[in-house]
Amino acid sequence: MAKTDTKAKSLDRRGLSDDQLRQMLRNMLLQRQLDNRGFQLNRQGKVPFALGSEGHEALQAGAAMAFERGKDILAPYYRDLGLALGVGLTSYEIMLSIFARAADHNGGRQFPNHYNSKSLGIMSFSSILAAHIPHAVGAAYTIAYRGEKDRAVLVTCGDGTTSEGEWHESMNFASVHKLPMVMLVENNEWAISTPLDKQMAQPEIWKRAAGYGMPGKRFNGFDPIETYASVKEALDRARTGGGPTLLEGMCYRFLAHSTDDNDMTYRTRDEVSEHRKDDPVPRFVNVLVEAGIVSEADVNDFKKDVLRETNEATDKAEAMPFPQPSDLYTNLYEGAWQPWQ
Amino acid sequence: MAVTAGTKVLNNVEAVRETLYEALKSDDRTIILGEDVGERGNVFLITKDFINEFGPQRVIDTPIAEASIVGIAVGMAMEGLRPIAEIQFADFIYPAFNQIVGEAAKTRYRSNGEYTCPLVIRTPYGGGVRGALSHSVSIEALFYHVPGLKIVAPAFPADVKGLLNAAIDDPDPVLFLEHKKTYRLIKGEVPEGHYTIPIGKANIIKEGTQLTVVSYGLYVHWALEAARTLENEGISVEVIDLRSIRPMDKSTILSSVEKTRKLLIIHEDNKFGGIGAEISAMVAENALFSLDAPIRRLCGPDVPAMGYAEPLEHEFMSSPAKMADAMRDLVKF
Repeated sequence: MAKTDTKAKSLDRRGLSDDQLRQMLRNMLLQRQLDNRGFQLNRQGKVPFALGSEGHEALQAGAAMAFERGKDILAPYYRDLGLALGVGLTSYEIMLSIFARAADHNGGRQFPNHYNSKSLGIMSFSSILAAHIPHAVGAAYTIAYRGEKDRAVLVTCGDGTTSEGEWHESMNFASVHKLPMVMLVENNEWAISTPLDKQMAQPEIWKRAAGYGMPGKRFNGFDPIETYASVKEALDRARTGGGPTLLEGMCYRFLAHSTDDNDMTYRTRDEVSEHRKDDPVPRFVNVLVEAGIVSEADVNDFKKDVLRETNEATDKAEAMPFPQPSDLYTNLYEGAWQPWQ
Repeated sequence: MAVTAGTKVLNNVEAVRETLYEALKSDDRTIILGEDVGERGNVFLITKDFINEFGPQRVIDTPIAEASIVGIAVGMAMEGLRPIAEIQFADFIYPAFNQIVGEAAKTRYRSNGEYTCPLVIRTPYGGGVRGALSHSVSIEALFYHVPGLKIVAPAFPADVKGLLNAAIDDPDPVLFLEHKKTYRLIKGEVPEGHYTIPIGKANIIKEGTQLTVVSYGLYVHWALEAARTLENEGISVEVIDLRSIRPMDKSTILSSVEKTRKLLIIHEDNKFGGIGAEISAMVAENALFSLDAPIRRLCGPDVPAMGYAEPLEHEFMSSPAKMADAMRDLVKF
C-alpha cells in the first residue's frame, strides 16, 4: 500500500470537524517536539534513556481521536506518546515520566513512555512485549460481563509483538467471547533490528484476523484521517456488540529504537531517507493547508505553541523532586504490609 | 469422627469446592476461569455443576493457554473483578510464569498503587499419585523469590477453607497451592460459613521440646505421623505446619527453635534453593546461638521430578519412616 496519497483536491474528512482536524495536527506537532526533547535531554546527560515515536504521529493522533474519554480503556505499549497525549495525558506528565520524578503517575519507577493513569483509563503495562494484551482482553471481558454499553478497549502494539504467544492467545480468546476490543498493530517495519521478513513469512498482519474469525483491516498509518476512520469503525463495532477487530496501521520508525540503539548498524540511511519523503507530519500540514483548514500562519503558531508548551513542561518537571529512597518500599502490597513479618 | 457443632467433615477437594462455591454465591465480581473448569467441573470435580448454577460468564472454560488464563485474569483484576484462575496442574504453570512474576506481582508496584491485582491462582501440585514428570512437581520455590506475590500451601481442610477465603479477600495476588495427594486422603472438620485464616501465620500442630520440625503440604501429615511414633519412644518433637510460604511466619519458627534448640525442615520440593534454604538462613541469622545442632533438611532429591515407574516415584518421595529416622538422628546429635 502506498503511504502517500496524491494531494487531496477536496478533503475527505470522514466526519471530523475543523476543530478535530486541528487538534490532530497539534497533537502530531507536539509529539514530534516532545520526542525531540527526550532525545535532547538524553544527549545533554540529563536523562538516562528516551524512546521516540517519530513516524507514528499520524497513526496515534488519528486513533486517539476515535477514543472516547471517560468511557474507553487504552492498553498501550511503550511507543504511544501520541495516544497518551490524545487521550488526555499532559506534556507535563510526559516530562515527569522522562525525568522520573516523584509526581509521575508511577512515581519514577518505570521507564519513560510507560504511562498509567487510572482516571484516563490508561492501563499500567511493563516492557515485556505482548504481556499487556491479555490484560486488555480481561478488561474487555469485564466491560462485557458488566453489560456496559458504549465502552471498548483499544490495545496497541508494534509489529514485533505479533510474534509473541500471548498475542495469539489474546486474539483467540477475544474472538471466542466476541469481546469489545480493538487490536491496533502499529507496523513500523522494525522490531529493534529485526525486519519484517525475519519476523513473519506472511507479512500482512491484518490477514491473520481471518484465522481468528474476526474482521481485519490494513490502513495507511501516515494518514491520520484514514486512521481515525478505521479505528472509529472498529471501536464502534466493539461498542455495539460486534466483537473485536484486528487493525494494522502502516507507519515507519524514523528514529533508532531508543537512545541506546544505533540503527545504522542494521539499516541504511537511504532506507530511512526514502521513508522520510512520506513523513506524516509535513504531509498532514500540507493536507490541511491545501484544504483551507489551517493557514501557514496557523501552522507557525502551532509550532511556536508546542515549543512553548514543551519548554514549560520540561522546566516544570525538571524542577520537581525525585522520589525519596524510602519510596522504593511503598506500594508493594496493600498498606504497610511487609513480607517476613 | 465425632463432628463438632457448626462444623462438618470435608476432605481437601470438598473444602476447596465449598469455598469457591461460597465465593461465587456471595460476590458477583468472582469469576472462575481455567481449563475444563466448566462443563467438566475441573479434572478433580472441584467445580462440578458450578457452570449450571452460575453460568458460563462466571465459570469460563478457557482455551488451553496458560499464559493468557493468568493474563486475562490480571486484566479482570485491574478493572475491578475478583478472578480465580486455575492452572490445571502446577506443572503447566510455566507458560504463565511471566504473567505471574512479571505482571501480577508487579501491577501495584509498577503503577505506584494506581492499579492493583486482587487475583487468586489455584493449582494442584505434588507427587505420590503416579503423576510422572509433568503431573507431580512442586513449584513453590520458583515463585517464593518474588516480592509482590503471596504463596499459601495448606495441608488441612479447615486451613484450606480459611486460607482460600483469605486469598480471595486479599487485595494482592495469591498463589494457592493444593497438594493433590491430600485432596481425598485428608479429611477434617471445617467450620460452616465464611471465615478466614490470616496469610502468613504458621500453625504449631504438635507441641514438643527436643526438636522443631517445619513442613507444609502432604509432608506435614507424614511428619506428624513420624512425630507421634517418636512420642512412643519418649522423644518430644514439635511440628510446625507452615501453611503460608510467603510471607513466612518468622516469629513462630524462631520461638520454637529457641525452645527446642534443634531444627529439621522437611519438604517434597528439591533441596537446592528450596524453601528450607531460606528458613535455614533466617534461623542462622537470628538464632544461631540458640542451636545445639546443625540445621538439617530432608527434601526431594536434586532431579527434575519423580519418574512414572513406581520405584522412581518411591525413591523420590519421603515417608513417615524416613522422617522418623531423620528426627531420631538429629535429636541424638
